Amino acid sequence: MAVIWPLIIFLVVIFVVGVYASRHVQSSSSFIQEYFLGSRELGGFILAMTMAATYGSASSFLSGPGAAYNYGLAWVLLAMSQVATGYFVLMILGKKFAIMSRKYNAITLVDFLFARYKNQFVVVLAALSIIIFLFSAMAAQWIGGARLVESLTGLSYTTALIIFAASVMVYVIIGGFRAVAITDMVQGLIMVAGTIILFVAALKAGGGMEKIMTTLGTENPNLLSPYGNDRSLTPLYISSFWILVGVGVVGLPQVAVRAMSYKNAKAMHRALIIGTIVVGVIMLGMHLIGVMARAIVPGITIGDKVMPELAMTIMPDWLAGIVLAAPMAAIMSTVDSLLLLVSSAVVKDLYLHFINKKAEEKKVKRLSFIVTAVIGIVVFIVALQPPDLIIWLNLFSFGGLEAVFIWPVILGLYWKRANGAGAVASMVIGMFSYIIFHSFYPNVLGMHTVVFPILLSLLSFIAVTLISSRHGMKRA
Amino acid sequence: MDRKVQEDPRFKIAKREAWIGIILVIFNFIWWYGFAYGLGSGPVEEYSFVFGLPAWFFYSCVVGLVVMIGLVFFTVKFFFKEVPFDEEGDQR
Repeated sequence: MAVIWPLIIFLVVIFVVGVYASRHVQSSSSFIQEYFLGSRELGGFILAMTMAATYGSASSFLSGPGAAYNYGLAWVLLAMSQVATGYFVLMILGKKFAIMSRKYNAITLVDFLFARYKNQFVVVLAALSIIIFLFSAMAAQWIGGARLVESLTGLSYTTALIIFAASVMVYVIIGGFRAVAITDMVQGLIMVAGTIILFVAALKAGGGMEKIMTTLGTENPNLLSPYGNDRSLTPLYISSFWILVGVGVVGLPQVAVRAMSYKNAKAMHRALIIGTIVVGVIMLGMHLIGVMARAIVPGITIGDKVMPELAMTIMPDWLAGIVLAAPMAAIMSTVDSLLLLVSSAVVKDLYLHFINKKAEEKKVKRLSFIVTAVIGIVVFIVALQPPDLIIWLNLFSFGGLEAVFIWPVILGLYWKRANGAGAVASMVIGMFSYIIFHSFYPNVLGMHTVVFPILLSLLSFIAVTLISSRHGMKRA
Repeated sequence: MDRKVQEDPRFKIAKREAWIGIILVIFNFIWWYGFAYGLGSGPVEEYSFVFGLPAWFFYSCVVGLVVMIGLVFFTVKFFFKEVPFDEEGDQR
């Protein structure tokens, strides 16, 4: 029973943050700036935490350590490619993105793309891929969150889902971006603390690192190699994850939008340092814990259960509760950002952009609350009985979105000649080639599926831009 | 023919910092790959261990992380410049 108290306290704290942030929403001079971007006031610490927490999801705390449990240290090596996200995203988008999005008065990533390319197809493609793919990603994370609550509390799946959905929706709806960012900070701190506590406890329970590694080496020496338990992980395959979960993360809308939300250069500088530390500690810690768990609690067959099982076995209930608030926090901090982002795509990118350009502040406000709530409720209904389509779409939500957005964002910032036709081509090619490769020819040449779609979308961007701008010049 | 508009000096700084990001990530990759497969490709029986961890893992992942944190700290402190983001910084 003691295991659920930390979770309850956690939910109360999150709720209080939501109420606090909603005061800003009510008093802000520009509702839409505040609600979807926190009025660009994030400081360095919050920025680092919200980037790390939004990025770190169920996979960092449940399925990732589960895979490390099965593959051994090779999977930790793979996971360490994610350290790059801690500094790379902010350095690449960096000051140019911050300056340009202010100049364009862009609130969403789509605003930025439209201001840069002046192309309506870019808006439609971008908004739809955000809505469709992030909606599915959100549903998948809610299912994970509800299953976790279910397994910790013994409540039914439906009740667990209601608790999870209600707590996320309340603070996102009333508090907007500021609530999401501040709760992300709390959640990020819980994630770091949970990682450190569990690591120390596992080290003690296993009788020290040397003993743990010896046990694993006796069971199967390959667990200690960089090739995986069955030597199936090639260096090329592991390296290709640098594209998927390292540098490609620049193209994820939920991460990129944070790179326009900070107050000043100082905040960005602090966030670079803190973000690298936070992402590094979580990724190294959690995945190494997954490997250590194999020596401490052997015989677990379901990957997602490794971390909860380990915590419950080696720690007193109340402490296990604190540690298990970490995956909960990881899931929540991802879905809250996704919920707000999908809502902003509907309200700002579709409604305000196409339907009613001059909607009054009051109307936008009401609409934002309603849309956010409706999306939340629809995700809830979908998560009750997830249709196969959602599960299928979720497979593309990570690599597919990267292939769609990475080049329009990066080339839009740093290549003067980049034009709308090129951006449209790269988005379409990126998405469809990802779906086709994934379905018919996954892991081409032994690399993760994401590699070729990202290359193809770059090539099509450059080719179409050059061809269409030459035409333009001839006509002129 | 076309009069080159003077480029915003802040963009030069931004560009330089983006290049620093690329250099860091390449260095990060080489360190990570070099130690992992340089030390870890032999038979497991011949591994040496540091603090209980296989040496390849210790240098590639643990030391690699510490080195990257140090490098990010160092580059941000010494190479990154503070610039204003608002329009006022733009209109001289």
